[in-house]
Amino acid sequence: MIYRVGVLVTITLIALIFGRLAGSYTERSALRPLAEHYVSQAPFELGVSNIVTGILIAYRGFDTLGEVAVLFMVAATIGLLLGNDDGGAREAGMNRRRPAGEIVMTGSQVLLPVILTFGAYVIVNGHLSAGGGFQGGAIVASGAMLLLLADPAAQLNAAALSMIESVAGLLYVAIGILGLIMAGGFLDPRFLPPGEAGAFISAGAIPLVSALLGIKVGAELSVIINRFSR
Amino acid sequence: MSPNIPVSSILLVTGFGLALIGLCGILMHCHLLRIIIGFSLFGTGLHIVLVASGYVTGGTAPIIDGALGPTVSERAIDPIPSALVVTAIVIGFAVTAVMLAYAIRLHSARKTFDIGVFTESKW
Repeated sequence: MIYRVGVLVTITLIALIFGRLAGSYTERSALRPLAEHYVSQAPFELGVSNIVTGILIAYRGFDTLGEVAVLFMVAATIGLLLGNDDGGAREAGMNRRRPAGEIVMTGSQVLLPVILTFGAYVIVNGHLSAGGGFQGGAIVASGAMLLLLADPAAQLNAAALSMIESVAGLLYVAIGILGLIMAGGFLDPRFLPPGEAGAFISAGAIPLVSALLGIKVGAELSVIINRFSR
Repeated sequence: MSPNIPVSSILLVTGFGLALIGLCGILMHCHLLRIIIGFSLFGTGLHIVLVASGYVTGGTAPIIDGALGPTVSERAIDPIPSALVVTAIVIGFAVTAVMLAYAIRLHSARKTFDIGVFTESKW
């Protein structure tokens, strides 16, 4: 009873805070100074068309590197938590699962190449239009999830995926160090020529970093999903 | 709906409402999976709030192309909350995955998802 009252009081108080925040909010009619600097200078400094990608990979690149490290840690944690289950129960679970129906199997065969192609498109077009490494990596991982849903007995090659994402992470750090040596600082993508804004090969090293991020995130999320499927 | 309610206010109220629903789910349910769903809803609501706070009246996506044209800084929305939310979504996924992994471990230890059963760490 007292727990219920406490819950109600907590929720009411937080609802009050939210209500005050939402009530006193007025929509902005102009950008904040920092955002204005990013929006007006990023195309000239970096050559990116998509400013969100420019912020993610160049201005806040260190943050992105840390986040990729968090993802790696989560994959390791889940390996630790779910890895050493007793083998007997897992085997029993394997035998209980029936293969998916005809429609799901055929659908996954038709859709999987499309999903993976779309993921690759989103990854490599991050500097030009909406997209980027994280988004495309998530799309690729959703393809892996479809594969595992359609065929529960399918085994992703977890060792190869781990290898791929480790190599991608190492290359990401290597690009960061190249930026430190040849341009303004760690993870500065301007050591390659900026090229013509709007062209596919442009914006310095941002497409490279974006592709590495996409590979790393896609492989990492696939490993996580694969862990849960057993 | 009256046309003079700004879009970002609608989004803000939606996001806060979703966060409150999530909070109710976290505090009122005993089933571990429902609590995890509550955490996901809470995070999603706050993502919507963050994105809404970056909206500028009449703005469009900060992608430099024909739609934005030369008056870039007057028509683009604030790109910083969008960039933050992209990272927040991925971290939210990761946190949900860890919570689910713990739920699976707890279930394999006690064969139940009821949070009231796990009393060892209760003071």
